[in-house]
Amino acid sequence: MDKIKIRKGLNIRLNGEPTKQLECFEPTFCALKPTDFIGVLPKMDVAEGDAVKAGSVLFHDKNHEQIVFTSPISGKVKSIVRGEKRAILRVVVESDGKNESIDFGSVVNPIEKMLRSGVWPMLRQRPYATIANPADKPKHIFVSIFDTAPLAPDYDYIIENQYDALTAGINVLSKLTDGNVYISVTTNSSCKDAINRVSTGIHNVVITEFSGPHPAGNIGTQINALSPINKGEVVWYCYPQDVITIGNLFLTGKYDSTRIIAMTGSAVKNPHYYKTRIGADITPILNIEENSRVISGNVLTGTNITNDNFLCFHDSQVTVIPEGNKYKLFGWLKPIFKRYSDTNTNGDTRPYIMTGQFERVFPFDIYPMQLIKACLIKDIDLMEELGIYEVDAEDFALCEVIDQSKTPIQQIIREGLEFIRKETC
Amino acid sequence: MLMGLRNYIDKIKPNFEQGGKFAKFHSTFEAFETFLYTPNRVTTSGAHIRDAVDMKRSLIYVVFALIPCFLFGTWNIGYQHFLSLGEDVTFWQTVGYGLIKIIPLYLVSYIVGLTIEFTFAEIRHEDVNEGYFVTGFLIPLIMPVDVPLWMLAIAVAFAVIIGKEVFGGSGMNVVNPALLARAFLFFSYPSKMTGDNVWIAGKADAYSGATPLGTIFNGGTINDLPSLMDMFVGTIPGSVGETSKIAILIGGIFLILTGIASLRIIISTFVGAIAMSLLISDVPFYYHLLMGGFMFGTFFMATDPVTAAQTNIGKLIYGFLIGAVAILIRVANPGYPEGMMLAILLLNVFAPLIDWCVVECNIYKRKKRWAAERRTK
Repeated sequence: MDKIKIRKGLNIRLNGEPTKQLECFEPTFCALKPTDFIGVLPKMDVAEGDAVKAGSVLFHDKNHEQIVFTSPISGKVKSIVRGEKRAILRVVVESDGKNESIDFGSVVNPIEKMLRSGVWPMLRQRPYATIANPADKPKHIFVSIFDTAPLAPDYDYIIENQYDALTAGINVLSKLTDGNVYISVTTNSSCKDAINRVSTGIHNVVITEFSGPHPAGNIGTQINALSPINKGEVVWYCYPQDVITIGNLFLTGKYDSTRIIAMTGSAVKNPHYYKTRIGADITPILNIEENSRVISGNVLTGTNITNDNFLCFHDSQVTVIPEGNKYKLFGWLKPIFKRYSDTNTNGDTRPYIMTGQFERVFPFDIYPMQLIKACLIKDIDLMEELGIYEVDAEDFALCEVIDQSKTPIQQIIREGLEFIRKETC
Repeated sequence: MLMGLRNYIDKIKPNFEQGGKFAKFHSTFEAFETFLYTPNRVTTSGAHIRDAVDMKRSLIYVVFALIPCFLFGTWNIGYQHFLSLGEDVTFWQTVGYGLIKIIPLYLVSYIVGLTIEFTFAEIRHEDVNEGYFVTGFLIPLIMPVDVPLWMLAIAVAFAVIIGKEVFGGSGMNVVNPALLARAFLFFSYPSKMTGDNVWIAGKADAYSGATPLGTIFNGGTINDLPSLMDMFVGTIPGSVGETSKIAILIGGIFLILTGIASLRIIISTFVGAIAMSLLISDVPFYYHLLMGGFMFGTFFMATDPVTAAQTNIGKLIYGFLIGAVAILIRVANPGYPEGMMLAILLLNVFAPLIDWCVVECNIYKRKKRWAAERRTK
């Protein structure tokens, strides 16, 4: 097993670590949000009131007709919520409590099976972080079995009793690429040996041990350390619970949307783990303080779901922190006791003045400030030369947090990537 | 009372928004409002939390770091004055004289500079940047104390408009505005900026007011210089802020600890200066470090993040060259004794080129990797 130490980065400590206590929560409503998927143009396949089973198609991507998005539970389509320009924001399914699923056991081709059951969107590609294109042959596939983000769920705990499904999932992934399936674990991980065991006998699985501060657990950091993406190459990646879902599909033939999430954050009373479903409406289990923000995901890259309370597709974590919508008298002069207490920006947007700060938290062989500026001026050649294909917006999250100029760096990188994607694809 | 202040601000705020009767002064209002209160703005995209440090805090830290230099410099103005007259006075008379001399410089620096800054912010409909608080504090510290106020006013206006605003304001300038103000006067009114007669306020004619650098420049040896201790403590003639190395070190270490000044630049500047003085100078290198504006320039001017090189490797090259060129100018040029200002300005101009070379290496490495990958396929 190779060992790689990530030296640059920053561990952000927040209050509200989840305790290792698992509670089952079968949601009444689940929603699929097209906005969770970059570059997807949704086209509805059901109407409000239609009955669906787990695995029934709700909508598909207009650009890739075979990529469909299926219902996580059985019941009926309660509403299709639209936003500006009639863009679909979410498709809400109301559970009938029966949890019936479509059987995909008879589908032989693995890609076909994943596509039709709706687990395919769990596979994403770099560059661009879009859903993997089934026509591509990825250079490698990456799975990170640990998360270093603030208050991140403990994957040792989550996958504890699910090694069979994990093994099946890894087996499927190993057939999707001619390259390697890179699985990353962390030094103190209790699942290290188990992972080693489950992957013996699969010829192209490579396990690497990472240590160091966040973003050591980020897929982007690991790709960069193991096999940086060159222009024209594509790698795929997914999260550990996605592998388990894929594994279960191949073991049982059914789409099992079970997802263990960590409910975390300083505004949560009694933070712990829940066993629920993809896209669950978590309103009943939100035991939180007034004036707080509910985030699906972590505080660095998560989505603000305060208005709808539906989990996002890829997330295994909910973070709730206080909103910072308060004025502070001479706040810029006060001594700093808590650096990251709430959602206040702690200052206004300014031109870039400080230098050398991003480099301390950015473990890539890339000049972050120069790349950000190349994205701002939309110079594709320069972006390519500076290594845009090796990164995604989330890799810049720490830069954004420590940025004294308070600029929306993740958005800038995302727009840069989307600009290239639209110009070249 | 404080809630009353907040309520009052909220009440008058609409007048300054678009369509209000004072909409023209929106930036000015906002500058004062955010000075009193950090805004209630929350994150809307990307990361949900932000570090507690913002530009206001960083730049005010630089001003804090300059305060030891300011305090010592103020005392030293009085001390040098009464020393030249041969008068024995109390500590407070010394400080009082210093304050009478320095306060007008600060008034001119801030009134002229901030007026221009606020005006440009209003014209551009942008927030007022905090950058000038630092520049404005630096300018009086690097001037001869007797500089006529009208000259200072012109220099400040030139530095802010030509040095900064034409490039787009704070963060966009090529050269350090405070140094540009000094350079402007240096070349426009050399008789007021150099020589033995400008460094002591109200100097008695018979008294020699030569700085250590001036002494060396005029053929003196290190035996003609003040003791190393005096040069370190700062009881010597010179620009207001540059004489006390103790005060500079206090401020400099504070800047390093807060992560605002780049340690890379500081160390490499010292290395460059030491290397060059060992190579070409008859004066021992530690004299060079203590004479003139070397230390002040290293800690407070060379480290200006906007005008320095931005890449980590670039910073090492940039600092080394500043140190080396400063000593080269001191030793080799026949026109004037000090080289630090010109060295920093020169390297300010070259910093983007240094960065370009460093980044180009990174690009080259990446292209080579692409090519290697393609060959193996």
